Amino acid sequence: MTVAAPTLRTPPSSGQTLRAPRPRRRGVAGWLYAAPTALFVLLLFILPLLVVGKMSVSNWPLLGGDLGINAPVNYQKAVMNRFFWDSVVFTVKYTVLATVLLIILGLGLALLVQESTRWKSVLRIAFLVPSALGLASASLLFYVLYSPFAGPFSHLLEGTGFSFLGTPDAALGSTLFLIVWRYAGFYMLLMLVGLQNIPDDVYEAARIDGANRMQTFRDITLPLLRPTLALTTVLCVTGSLLAFDQFYILTKGGPDNSTITVVQLIYSVAFQGQNDLGVAGALSVIVLAALVVINIGQIRAFRGRSEV
Amino acid sequence: MSTRTRPLSFRYVAARTPYWVFTTALAVLFVFPLIWTGVSSVSPHPGTNQVNGWGFGNYITLANYQAGIGIYILNTAIVSGLTVLLTLVVSTLGGYAFARFRFVGRNALFLLTLAILMVPYATVLIPLYVILTRVGLQNTLLGVALVLTMFQLPFSTFMMRISFEAVPREMDEAAMVDGCTSFSALWRVLLPAVKPGLITVGLFAFLASWNDFFAPLILITDSRLQTLPLAVANLRGQVQGVVDYGATEAGVVVLALPCIVLFLILQRHYVRGFLSGAFKG
Repeated sequence: MTVAAPTLRTPPSSGQTLRAPRPRRRGVAGWLYAAPTALFVLLLFILPLLVVGKMSVSNWPLLGGDLGINAPVNYQKAVMNRFFWDSVVFTVKYTVLATVLLIILGLGLALLVQESTRWKSVLRIAFLVPSALGLASASLLFYVLYSPFAGPFSHLLEGTGFSFLGTPDAALGSTLFLIVWRYAGFYMLLMLVGLQNIPDDVYEAARIDGANRMQTFRDITLPLLRPTLALTTVLCVTGSLLAFDQFYILTKGGPDNSTITVVQLIYSVAFQGQNDLGVAGALSVIVLAALVVINIGQIRAFRGRSEV
Repeated sequence: MSTRTRPLSFRYVAARTPYWVFTTALAVLFVFPLIWTGVSSVSPHPGTNQVNGWGFGNYITLANYQAGIGIYILNTAIVSGLTVLLTLVVSTLGGYAFARFRFVGRNALFLLTLAILMVPYATVLIPLYVILTRVGLQNTLLGVALVLTMFQLPFSTFMMRISFEAVPREMDEAAMVDGCTSFSALWRVLLPAVKPGLITVGLFAFLASWNDFFAPLILITDSRLQTLPLAVANLRGQVQGVVDYGATEAGVVVLALPCIVLFLILQRHYVRGFLSGAFKG
């Protein structure tokens, strides 16, 4: 069993879709085939977005239902929440660290296994296997692994006073290790796709010009990899800003509420204790807006530099 | 490449040894946590149901947890089965529509479908909790499957659209000339041609729905309807707050094993799914 060597496949030519329009009657058939998609998007995506907007400006307890408009109380309450700024700062810190680690390690692993030899195929599978696990399963696995009682390092650590989840910094570091373990292979795969798209003759030309390995990497690989780097960064930032499972299971927000992410805050406001869907809705709208702004900013930044 | 044809001289081996040591260590780092969990789930440990000697004590604890692990596996299987089925049907029809038909709102609908990727889970799930409660689907496995299918649509619709677009138009046009309706052209001619896309979409939908934690956490309130990830996560604090690490390990094995086996069988498709252009920036 080997991971197939990535092969370059040309994307389907867009000429097919740009062909002259079919006769009108096909429009009806098209809508019939698209109807299930439209229903899902409308009822389970657009409608909830409208409801969350309404929720964020309404007095809406979990069990009481909609009790009428109270804008802008929920937004004030959301920002005044004693964990709001802490969770924002922590989420951003976690996002920056996770993104830097995953992009660098993903690219490093991809360069390591780029050519297809038998040993490199084995390595590729080894790096990819953790990504078959769910994030919740991986978090549970590391919950035991990090345990001072049952983990494989528990005897080594006895008496040293160190524990993987004991201090805020250790908890963050341990969670980052879990995330790198679970996702590095996935980012390696995306980087491999990008590397495959760099034509061989560019490298050939560089070699003829006498470029060394460092120069080739800096002046050819990195610039030509920019679209891939943009995609992976956007994916990784989005995923990390919305982190929930790993902290909910592994650290439960501790120690001392030092690892509460924004989504955890939304969850706890909505379902644990306060049961205030209005404030949770306001927080959700804030996160959505922030995410849209951040992603537009990232796409602009990557576009600007590549002069597209 | 050239390294393989070089003779196995002493100097070659000496020069390559650091590389082999380094890459082997890396591979071990990635595989070790999985192997360790599998091994220690059947090895003796105080404070678990497997104190003396090797055996399946932890799995017995797991089997007898609350309503019995069987019911949670069944719940997860129902959610995954429904999600895979719905995702395949909706994205096949949708992909066919986007690839082969022109209709009003086609581009808008496609972009809206992709926009699902951009919206936080929590932002959609909290109002969905309210909406599904209103229509009686909150706290049902069908409700969870519908929500998970919606989250799969951006990837699967995109995947099926490019799969259909890669098939030459002449194939279904010839079938239609021979008297096929557009549906029988899809069913008889096109479906076999897009099989790799279907396998990728199905595999992704299965892995996502089997493992999903957040949607059932919010939507399911009845403990008999919990899915496996939720049940294993809750099992940790079962006995007076004392964590049964052995049973947790057994739970992780039950959760992970189907995914790893499926991944190893279908990994060519998993890899190809990415490489076939779906993620070209």
